Amino acid sequence: MTLYIVEAMLWLLVAALALAAAVRGRILFRDGLREGTMDFLRLLPKVLIGVVGSGFIAAIMPPDITARYLGPDSGFLGVLIAVISGAFTPGGPVVGFSIGAAAIKSGAGAPQVIAYITAWALYAVQRFFLWELPVMPRRLVWLRLLASLPLPFLVAAAAMLLGRP
Amino acid sequence: MTTVKPTPPSSPLPPIIKRRKRNPFDWSTAGIGLVMTTAAAIVFFRDGRDRFLEILYHDLRLFGDVLLKVAAGCLIGAFLARLLPRELVAKWIGAESGFVGLLIATLLGAVLPGGPVTIYPIASAFLVVGADVGATIAFITSWTLLGYTRALVWEIPFFGLDFVIWRTLISIPLPIIAGLSARLLARTIGKNWGDT
Repeated sequence: MTLYIVEAMLWLLVAALALAAAVRGRILFRDGLREGTMDFLRLLPKVLIGVVGSGFIAAIMPPDITARYLGPDSGFLGVLIAVISGAFTPGGPVVGFSIGAAAIKSGAGAPQVIAYITAWALYAVQRFFLWELPVMPRRLVWLRLLASLPLPFLVAAAAMLLGRP
Repeated sequence: MTTVKPTPPSSPLPPIIKRRKRNPFDWSTAGIGLVMTTAAAIVFFRDGRDRFLEILYHDLRLFGDVLLKVAAGCLIGAFLARLLPRELVAKWIGAESGFVGLLIATLLGAVLPGGPVTIYPIASAFLVVGADVGATIAFITSWTLLGYTRALVWEIPFFGLDFVIWRTLISIPLPIIAGLSARLLARTIGKNWGDT
């Protein structure tokens, strides 16, 4: 249900922008439409590889080991392991969350899992190569990566200090 | 053929949307493809054909779900790049926008709809029309960490509402920190990278 709401909101935004473009001029509208479509077609094979492949990668990862090294007593080392595993978890929309949830169920600490999710969201290696480098200017990609490096550690530290409500 | 060619009167948009030509299939995609194929082969030979097909069907369905969102993201990016008035972007999140620019970019990232697949084209569009690199990075970071659609669609089903709210609250300062450090980095080492 929520999935369709998001979908609807996205396309409403597309419609609003397309309308605004059409009001500004037919050429503007046509160019935007054409470039958007071309971008989409160019991305298609990458999306296919990424989405279909991430399920297989998740299937060959050992969840019990992931959970063992991320326990609440694992401290900073656990956070470090979490950040590294987050970075190397494939970047599909489900994989990181499902592994994080599995880790919590099998006894991982909340700060470690938050560090894991944050690292995965910020710099999953696969997403980096599949999405960011092809789509964005190179300088922006590297700057973003560098600026993001400390964030999972900061958020894990905050989670440890504040504790769960 | 003839007819009207009304040069748009109020369209001060220079051709800002020139993008670099790229090879349709670059080495990084090939590398990822290789890793994926290896993983698929391991599943096939270790877990058998049924498990392989089960994962394949599941992922193909996911691919179908994602397709429309990707298309929407590309169109939003393409139209935004043409519609966003440069002066406004420059004022709000441009090089001179300072700390307020980071706040605006963070807010923008949190409220714009879409998942991780739609961010990057839109962020590139921002940069093209003159946004500051720190603000753009704050925007991306905010979208990845605070974006409510992502939490709604993917995170809450796995973790529950309490955990997600808690994680989001702790993460609120992160986009601003990322934006500030990106500005600092751009000033110190970014110059050597030359063009964008």
